[in-house]
Amino acid sequence: MEIPKSFLGYKRENGRAGTRNHVIILPVDDISNACAEAVANNIKGTIALPHSYGRLQFGADLELHFRTMIGTGKNPNVAAVIVIGIEPKWTKKIVDEIAKTGKPVEGFHIERTGDIGTIMKASKKAQEFSQWASEKQREECPLSDLWISVKCGESDTTSGLASNPTVGNLMEKLEPFGVHLCFGETSELTGAETVCAARGATQEAKEKFMKTWNSYNDFILKEATDDLSESQPTAGNIAGGLTTIEEKAFGNFQKIGNLKFIDVLEPAEEPKKGKGLYFMDTSSAAAECVTLQAAGGFNIHLFPTGQGNIIGNPIEPVVKLTANPLTAKLMKEHVDCDVSKILSREMNLSQAGDELIKTMLKVANGRLTCAEALGHKEFVMTKLYRSA
Amino acid sequence: MSQPDLIIHDEKDNVGVVVIEKTKKGQECSAWIMENDKSIKVSSTNEVPLGHKIALKDLKEGDTILKYGHDIGKVVKSIKKGDHVHVHNVKTKKW
Repeated sequence: MEIPKSFLGYKRENGRAGTRNHVIILPVDDISNACAEAVANNIKGTIALPHSYGRLQFGADLELHFRTMIGTGKNPNVAAVIVIGIEPKWTKKIVDEIAKTGKPVEGFHIERTGDIGTIMKASKKAQEFSQWASEKQREECPLSDLWISVKCGESDTTSGLASNPTVGNLMEKLEPFGVHLCFGETSELTGAETVCAARGATQEAKEKFMKTWNSYNDFILKEATDDLSESQPTAGNIAGGLTTIEEKAFGNFQKIGNLKFIDVLEPAEEPKKGKGLYFMDTSSAAAECVTLQAAGGFNIHLFPTGQGNIIGNPIEPVVKLTANPLTAKLMKEHVDCDVSKILSREMNLSQAGDELIKTMLKVANGRLTCAEALGHKEFVMTKLYRSA
Repeated sequence: MSQPDLIIHDEKDNVGVVVIEKTKKGQECSAWIMENDKSIKVSSTNEVPLGHKIALKDLKEGDTILKYGHDIGKVVKSIKKGDHVHVHNVKTKKW
């Protein structure tokens, strides 16, 4: 298949391009959710991103909170942002960073005004942003404007056999076009960690990966009451035939094909070393992982599933594929790309990779994913430890 | 290129994955090895569902299960060729 050289995206002020054109109402903290949701309810063409945290966090955990908030606002799939927080200082900090992209952003704080006054002020601005964004048109953008993140979920052995290698095949074919790529899931590389580390493109990348994985493993050994066998593999994984975390890890690892990663990112960190594949330190919980990758700036997501994970994200479209013929049949409304014919050898890996490229480009051009059509908007902050 | 009953990732592997809805007891399964495109036969000793593994040889306690050509865990209860391989007879070497 000849791979198209471009897609239709929304060009942003900072030179990036989006596959979506969202106006988001971003609450800084849990207690500002009600206000943000009221604004989104008032003004059509906007979405609120409620979440559970943002108060009394400190240290690395607070830094991660800010990085996730700011990165979400900066994502090129977002045209404009309303930030609403209880206090002015943290609200302003987020607004100022998002403003560096050049996109419209305005902050509101609730203290000394109350919800109703804030909702009125923020709604007026949100209306202005929504109508402004609705004038934006899709334009031809080079393929290199795609920043593709990947994560698998509710995996079974068909993931490692076929759907994850399909993603790997897509990566191998698209890397030469200069795309950014990102995989994560620190915990679910356990058992394959040394094999994964060896895929670092430089000694520095290799060492950074092992340091990240060791730090995660030390944390597990310290916090676990027994071991992780109750959570890893999950009950769904086991039902699907996955026996051990090692088996899951080697299956997971198929997603990067034969590529090498050029750097290791902190959770929600924006890549800085140009095109190529990055590893991001993330949880393997689907919504947390995709939220962090979207905050890192990725604008389209590929999600292979075995038993049928249903996750979506409010700003980054999540394209789902499965190689499990039962999942493809029983959960058809969740599957964007069915590659189950690989198992019956009616389709080879390269053909499956081509199908996934076609599906992904349709979505990049504007086709709604199954998760978008079904209303999945899971926005889940990663919390590193308890608040003060 | 007929439809296989099992797929094996790597020539070194000692397990294969069921890719039909389920194997029957005593069914002679055709297994396709992805790595070298060869096919072998193995008889399933019981019903094994889609996605689950079948042993390609006899394995005893302490043996290593190889899949993707890599170590994915240890045998904790002896396994006969053709048996279902899963959490009842294999455990992680981690944790």
